[in-house]
Amino acid sequence: MTRSGLSALSIAELRPLLRRREVSAREVLEAVEERINAVDGKIGAYLSRDFGAAAVEAEKADVNLPLGGVPIAIKDIINVAGQPCTCASKILRGYRAPYNATVIEKLRAAGAIPFGKTNLDEFAMGSSTENSSAQLTRNPWDLSRVPGGSSGGSAAAVAIDAAFGALGTDTGGSIRQPAALSGIVGVKPSYGRVSRYGLTAFASSLDQVGSLTKTVRDSALIMNAIAGPDPCDTTCLNEPVPDYAAGLGRGLKGVRLGLPKEYMIEGIDSPVRQAVDVAVKHLASLGAEIVEVSLPHTDYSISVYYILATAEASANLARFDGVRYGYRAENPTDLLDFYGRTREEGFGAEVKRRIILGTYVLSSGYYDAYYLRAQKVRELIRRDFEQALAKVDALVSPTSPTPAFKIGEKTSDPLQMYLADIFTNAGNLAGICGISLPCGFARSESGRTLPIGLQFLGKALDEARIFEIAYAYEQSTEWHKARPSLNDQNIVGK
Amino acid sequence: MAGESDLDVAYVAKLARLNLSAEETHLFQKQLGDVLKYAEKLKEIDVTGVEAAAHAVPIFNVFREDEPRDCFTAEQALSNAPHQANNLFIVPKVVE
Repeated sequence: MTRSGLSALSIAELRPLLRRREVSAREVLEAVEERINAVDGKIGAYLSRDFGAAAVEAEKADVNLPLGGVPIAIKDIINVAGQPCTCASKILRGYRAPYNATVIEKLRAAGAIPFGKTNLDEFAMGSSTENSSAQLTRNPWDLSRVPGGSSGGSAAAVAIDAAFGALGTDTGGSIRQPAALSGIVGVKPSYGRVSRYGLTAFASSLDQVGSLTKTVRDSALIMNAIAGPDPCDTTCLNEPVPDYAAGLGRGLKGVRLGLPKEYMIEGIDSPVRQAVDVAVKHLASLGAEIVEVSLPHTDYSISVYYILATAEASANLARFDGVRYGYRAENPTDLLDFYGRTREEGFGAEVKRRIILGTYVLSSGYYDAYYLRAQKVRELIRRDFEQALAKVDALVSPTSPTPAFKIGEKTSDPLQMYLADIFTNAGNLAGICGISLPCGFARSESGRTLPIGLQFLGKALDEARIFEIAYAYEQSTEWHKARPSLNDQNIVGK
Repeated sequence: MAGESDLDVAYVAKLARLNLSAEETHLFQKQLGDVLKYAEKLKEIDVTGVEAAAHAVPIFNVFREDEPRDCFTAEQALSNAPHQANNLFIVPKVVE
């Protein structure tokens, strides 16, 4: 097999070749390196790579382990000892992680090789990866468009076969939305399913680490490796981890899927609506029973999310004070100037906006009206999902109301950018699990095909179910086999 | 234009220990005013008797054995320090 043929494989296709020693872990790693060198100049998915250290790991790889010898890309907000962890922020430029996140320890224990770090919106705050202080990442299906965000680098890397899979983080849709916009599979596990230890915190009650992969089965394989309790994270649940790959292939007979009536709103692009309608009919033809359900507080989720997420962010980002690590302003006049200017010079605009909003909603006189009220509405949203999911096995919806949008289209209007999360962030508020997978294409005015994502939301800790449902859909369609063509595209403009 | 909110970006920036330029202050005042105006709709909901959800999954009192474990050496803890000397973080003088 040629090197370029090798990098195009899924993890499930690659594993038997490694196990039978038809290819070595070293050759696989070299194939990924070659692919990155060949195509990432156009895309900008990676912030750093350490192929030297990765080659040493590849030499020692135990190919009999579940992910033995498989190179995995890591969103640059998850700490990998010895590698940079910049969170795409100027305030962490030059930072090198002194320890491993638990998910990295777990990936390595399963044999995977975390070899490089991918671009993101600064501190995972954004839906387009345009808030990176380091570089732009382009959507491989149309280089004039965003890959989604905040895990846009991870999504693009997988979409261009420059990683067999990647870790991302999802606080309000940051895995599922870029997976949808980049034409791949993205999984947000239930809150507490995966350890957050070693993930630089954005909103601690919402953040969750998950996977971005070419197929549903690959996501199940990565979840098998990273899920489970962790003594270093008290919010990580002490619950047994099923074999997520074992249940795939059960089919949809007897499965009930809920269609939230509040999700069929104005503002969904018509190609997205059509693709999801067709997908729902297809699911019914495979044996699923489709039921209309109601999530009455849907209209409030964006407001609740941006109050709670920014409140938590303002507290979490207080640690960036220029004392122990990261950027420090020079020649301060006094202590307030030291903090104020370090943070002014170190943080980008969106991070500053969210710190201001979060500080405001927590401040004396406004706490009850905003933060406390938002927490109460969060409880109502959580109950909506609990009640809807008591009647069905999973909910089905679009992942994003639109396909990939143009670079620069939403950067001047934060509220419009926040609305990109409309179908995803309630799942984080409710703590449930979700998956996005390809379900069709829209066509841009310049004639390029843009992927559309289908989302399934499942009960807390019911990842196995949404994997089964997503797998049944994926295996009876061809969408996941399409790959973007880079040869006929060149970067125009900046 | 701050909409109907009382947000004073310049004041909140001081609370957050975050200096902002005059331009940023002005821009955020408008943009966050829009966001807060959008969030006004939360006031429509009757939340009487609803408990505030700090987490989606309530977890209390997670304990583990109190056993000594490996921890950072001073060298590791200082490995990203902007300024350091003698195994200490060096900061500007803050008391007269």
